[in-house]
Amino acid sequence: MTTVVKAPGEAAAEKKRASATGQPRKKRDSGSEGMVLNVFSHGFLAVWGILIILPLIWLVLGSFKTDVQIGESALSWPANWHFDAFPRAWDKGIGSYFANTLIVMVFSVPLTMLLGSMAAYVLARYPFRGNRPIYYFFVSGAMFPVFLALVPLFFMVKRLDMLNTFQGLILVYVAYSMPFTVFFMHSFFRTLPTAVHEAAVIDGASHTRIFFQVMMPMAKPGLISVGIFNVLGQWNQYILPSVLMQPQTGSDPERYMLTQGLIQLQYQMGYETDLPVLFAGVTIAMIPMLVVYLSFQRQIQAGLTSATLK
Amino acid sequence: MSHVANSKGRGGFIAGFLILPLALYLTFVIWPYIQTFGYSFTNWTGQSPTFDFVGLDNYSALMKDEVFRGALLHNLLLLVFVPTITILIALFFAFMLNAGGRGGAGGVQGVAGSALYKVIYFFPQVLSLAILAVLFGAVYRSDEGGLLNGFLTKLGLVDPAHPIEWLNEPNFVLWCLLLVVVWHGVGFYLVLFSAAMQSIPKDIYEAALLDGAKRAQTFFKVTLPLLWDSVQTSAVYLGIAAMDMFVLVSTMTSGQFGGGPDHHSEVMATVLMRNFLYFGKAGYACAMGVVMLVLTLILSAITLRATRREHVEF
Repeated sequence: MTTVVKAPGEAAAEKKRASATGQPRKKRDSGSEGMVLNVFSHGFLAVWGILIILPLIWLVLGSFKTDVQIGESALSWPANWHFDAFPRAWDKGIGSYFANTLIVMVFSVPLTMLLGSMAAYVLARYPFRGNRPIYYFFVSGAMFPVFLALVPLFFMVKRLDMLNTFQGLILVYVAYSMPFTVFFMHSFFRTLPTAVHEAAVIDGASHTRIFFQVMMPMAKPGLISVGIFNVLGQWNQYILPSVLMQPQTGSDPERYMLTQGLIQLQYQMGYETDLPVLFAGVTIAMIPMLVVYLSFQRQIQAGLTSATLK
Repeated sequence: MSHVANSKGRGGFIAGFLILPLALYLTFVIWPYIQTFGYSFTNWTGQSPTFDFVGLDNYSALMKDEVFRGALLHNLLLLVFVPTITILIALFFAFMLNAGGRGGAGGVQGVAGSALYKVIYFFPQVLSLAILAVLFGAVYRSDEGGLLNGFLTKLGLVDPAHPIEWLNEPNFVLWCLLLVVVWHGVGFYLVLFSAAMQSIPKDIYEAALLDGAKRAQTFFKVTLPLLWDSVQTSAVYLGIAAMDMFVLVSTMTSGQFGGGPDHHSEVMATVLMRNFLYFGKAGYACAMGVVMLVLTLILSAITLRATRREHVEF
């Protein structure tokens, strides 16, 4: 652990600073303390890293084993690499649950962003009577546990004849994403400069046009942050679909979301004793998240962190 | 904003932009929230369109409901331990990451590869709780095929003939679930604290070092007070998560909507769902929803008050 990876500029700057102040004594003091601490830190940090990765890898490996091998010992390497659990998991429903989730999100995420931004924009930049109450009204929804609404929500969706329908779930997702989206975009729209807006007004652009052609493009960084938040939130949602997306009659098709489908598969595979299929299903469900995460990890970490602190 | 105020079509534009979001939000969020209070005073079953007003009967029944009282107790236990354990581990690792590096001319410095650690630690946060439930269901399996039992057997700590049934042991089940929450949450709060630590100006540390402060002192006297806002926010978020727990309990433990064995892992959310979707007691379930709301609000208020410190500007 003697090599410290550093940006070249940073290392050079440090060297310069060290030679400029020329403090050999001080450096050695904190250096030896730091060295012990460094080994100590890496030890702990590595252990936690292993605790995170190991169960995940173990699960993925399980999808290449046979059910018998899984039951015999947890610590075995796949004896023969069986790849057939993946197509079987896909056929057991993971494929269609995956498609269902995608269908819902293709509509719910853009709609959340559009409606949330519209409301936030008007509330952030147009003073009118009732502005503050409406804003607080929107934001207050984030404070209440979803369980408070669950029973009446079920009957509301039932009355609208939208139980176990994609459009019903889409509207519910949009509505429940509203508090946070409005809250976040409101603070974002407030920071945008007014000069651009004024120029557009002088050019004769309408309010609607200014919103779509000037303000939305300018709000892109904010839209990306809150968009990531909504994608993760809606993709991982379990409680809302498990109440609203149940077949209503025997002939009604299953329109389960991926999260529900995994739990369904867990019950099913418990009876059929085919754990590799379950593990393969989870692996399939994890892959898109892993890809999205590794491509956007910086934005995701920053987005979720700032979202919490605001 | 006077130019906006004076331009034409303003009122129509505002109304046009607000009407759809408001309508959706009112229909699916606000109105159900309000209705819950009303239904909680009725004996509605959800099946028939008719119901009677029963006053506070549901609430007094709740007080006598052993299962619900047990669930409430479990939620309170989780409420104490989930935030405490998660925040302590996250703070420890965040400090390691940001100040555990080899000391140098700059004084305090992060460890090498801290970015990589953060990428790994944060990953569980993007996985759904359903995935966690399946994953840890497998980890806690009651035979040698479970990761935990398999490992402990290898170490000779568990007799292979009598492996531990983690999720079926009344005394273990709640702690097993708690570990899942901690495993899931630490990475996120670590990144959160880490971001807050990085926004602390370096010269504060340098000044402390010049004054002869050791690292532990630096942490308790400099870092922690400056992080207090984030710690407080985290406590509230984790507290809210500890009041929920529905997904993990309902999918990992035995019983209709989980809670087993023998109600030892029951939480309020699972009791609510069982009464609503299984027993068809919609009014009674609504009363539980109201209790959950009241508790959540009280707890947020307490956390914010109890952890209030003088705000430090820098």
